[in-house]
Amino acid sequence: MEFGFSEDQTLLGETVRDFLQAECTPEAVRSLWDTETGRSDEFWTRFSEVGVPGLLVPEAFGGLGLDERDLILVLEETGRVGLAEPIVSIAAGVPLLVSLGQEGQTALAEQWLPAVATGEARLALGHDGSPFVADAHVADLIFMPHGDDLHALTKDAVQLTAQPANDQSQRLFSVEWTPQEATLVATGATGRRLQQEALDRGAMACAAQLLGVAQSLIDLGVDYASQRKQFGVAVGTFQAVKHRLANAKVKVEYARSVVYRAAHSVALNTSGRSVDVSMAKVAAGEAATFATKESLQVHGAIGYTYEQDLHIWMKRAWSLDLAFGSGAWHRARVADAVVDGSLPAETFGYTPVAS
Amino acid sequence: MDLSYTAKQNAFRMEARSWLEENAPGEPLRSFDTPEGFEDHREWEKKLHAGGFAMVPWPKEYGGRGADLLEWLIFEEEYYRVGAPGRVNQNGIFLLGPTIMEYGTPEQKARFLPPMASSEEVWAQGWSEPNAGSDMANIQTTALIDGDDYVINGQKTWASRGAYAHWLFGMFRTDPDSSRHNGLTFVLVPLDTPGVTVRPIEKINGKKAFAEVFLDDARVPRANRLGEEGAGWSVAMATAGFERGLMLRSPARFQNTAHRLVELYRETRDQGVFIDAGLKDTVARCWMDAEAYALNTYQTVSRLLSGGKIGAEASLNKIFWSELDITMHEAALSLLGARGELLSGAPAAGNVGEWLDGFIFALAGPIYAGTNEIQRNIIAERILGLPRK
Repeated sequence: MEFGFSEDQTLLGETVRDFLQAECTPEAVRSLWDTETGRSDEFWTRFSEVGVPGLLVPEAFGGLGLDERDLILVLEETGRVGLAEPIVSIAAGVPLLVSLGQEGQTALAEQWLPAVATGEARLALGHDGSPFVADAHVADLIFMPHGDDLHALTKDAVQLTAQPANDQSQRLFSVEWTPQEATLVATGATGRRLQQEALDRGAMACAAQLLGVAQSLIDLGVDYASQRKQFGVAVGTFQAVKHRLANAKVKVEYARSVVYRAAHSVALNTSGRSVDVSMAKVAAGEAATFATKESLQVHGAIGYTYEQDLHIWMKRAWSLDLAFGSGAWHRARVADAVVDGSLPAETFGYTPVAS
Repeated sequence: MDLSYTAKQNAFRMEARSWLEENAPGEPLRSFDTPEGFEDHREWEKKLHAGGFAMVPWPKEYGGRGADLLEWLIFEEEYYRVGAPGRVNQNGIFLLGPTIMEYGTPEQKARFLPPMASSEEVWAQGWSEPNAGSDMANIQTTALIDGDDYVINGQKTWASRGAYAHWLFGMFRTDPDSSRHNGLTFVLVPLDTPGVTVRPIEKINGKKAFAEVFLDDARVPRANRLGEEGAGWSVAMATAGFERGLMLRSPARFQNTAHRLVELYRETRDQGVFIDAGLKDTVARCWMDAEAYALNTYQTVSRLLSGGKIGAEASLNKIFWSELDITMHEAALSLLGARGELLSGAPAAGNVGEWLDGFIFALAGPIYAGTNEIQRNIIAERILGLPRK
């Protein structure tokens, strides 16, 4: 029993943190908002040089061959800086390609995995939880569900309609496409299982990002409350202000271990995986959306302006909370599992006497 | 990160499970806040001690079995699994015990730890005074040196288990010219000392859960001092850390309550009784939060076993479990509807009275061991770094 991260895992997280804090400043985030794609090919190339897009790609395909326990701290760091790039490609797209390879789609895996590892190709993922596909415009391969079936579509097989969203970092699209034999990559029970796994992986990645987003919202509130003076003192000396941020911190810290455990469950594909992921999505989503309100209130009017950077993270919190199954959807999934036994819901450590 | 148990841990779990299944009382004991219930609980502690399970993380020479913190969590999981009784000597075994382990002389360890492990001597807490509650540094009760003794004068209050306990531990002002955190000393006081008067205080359900303790020229040997003279504050802070932290609030307690809440929801639904539409969600949230508490504790224990220390984050724990405990009991009472207000002995109460008892017990959580407002100040200042002034 070891809940901590290894030195290598911690070091990887710190390396990516340093890289992102230099590359993904609030100015950089804002400058991308004004571009057509909202994405930076140049950034993605450098991100690939650090090894992140290929982190889960098996070594045989040019990746690092690591698992979600290695990835989770990295994902948290992408949330901390409010990074807007197709993270789903890394966390859900890659494992889906690997699984498809194991299910007989070897050519597909051989074609795309090396390109994803080098940063030349990006992946997007449609799923039943949303009518929209994020980052479809920069994806070279888009996975789309059709009932239980799963299709893999290249750019020429889809027609995209942009759906501008509240979060300028979020790029959503409606995807028009026609199912064809040539694009079909999985069917029946396999297709259903792969869709489920991909949804869980996407939700786990959102949860990790939300953890980072929530911490940044608190940090911004602390910085501002330490500087802003009213009545001759920093407003952060007032208990009414302190307690808001303390409450947000409690939620973040109690989401943290839940998110890390979800990474473990996904990496080992445990029987409780789906419920563990939903718990992480709920806990991190609530921590982050709660932190938006507390941090905004601590900032006061300045936090409500476009000029102040706070809304970068507020908007990330809201959009990530909706992505890969809304918080409400995941909460209901846990409730059905715990109360009605619709999915395995395993307690950690403690085992109740069977009734 | 590897969240599986070792063979040794699994073997220890099974050993604890089989002993507890065989020996734990089948029925709840009478409340330890009554004279007869207090003795029932001491009897149980004696049995637990004889079985070698009274204080598993303590060294063998003091009545423990030298288990590590992970095995401690495992033991607690098994303890709550069988619904074994609450620990009547929790102030001693979970708070004072670890403090003696850290600050006590070899003589003090040998004198106090074994009878504490067996609950032959039950301990009460003596922190608060009428004018030293959240502002604990405002302690006024003095313990002045006279020869080999301290002569203690003043009043302690809210002494948990004080009504029936044998000993009291607390902080006293040994330097009468000092103020605030300075000049305080941690002293152990036998409650049968001449000059000590214990007046039990009834909590809102009428049970004698705590007491006022009046000290009039009570003489206590200076050998009963724990830690250095004048260093009482730092010794007490270590104790408070244990109280807010994981020893006393092991996650299994809350996981057990959450599990019973889920069962209660199912039973109520199956009986076709009215259930508020939001309660399924509330019940699931409680279950999730109890799991989050367990995962957080395991993460903390892993950190401690790798040489880390527990500091201000104990304040995060205290807020989380105390609020969760209330939410769980409120949800249960909502499910019970009209039956929720029945006392345990009421003819129609069945076994639902434990939820009301638990609710009353839970209400104290955000108040004792440093109110949750004090904890929020600690989080804001010591974890987040917000300015004090």
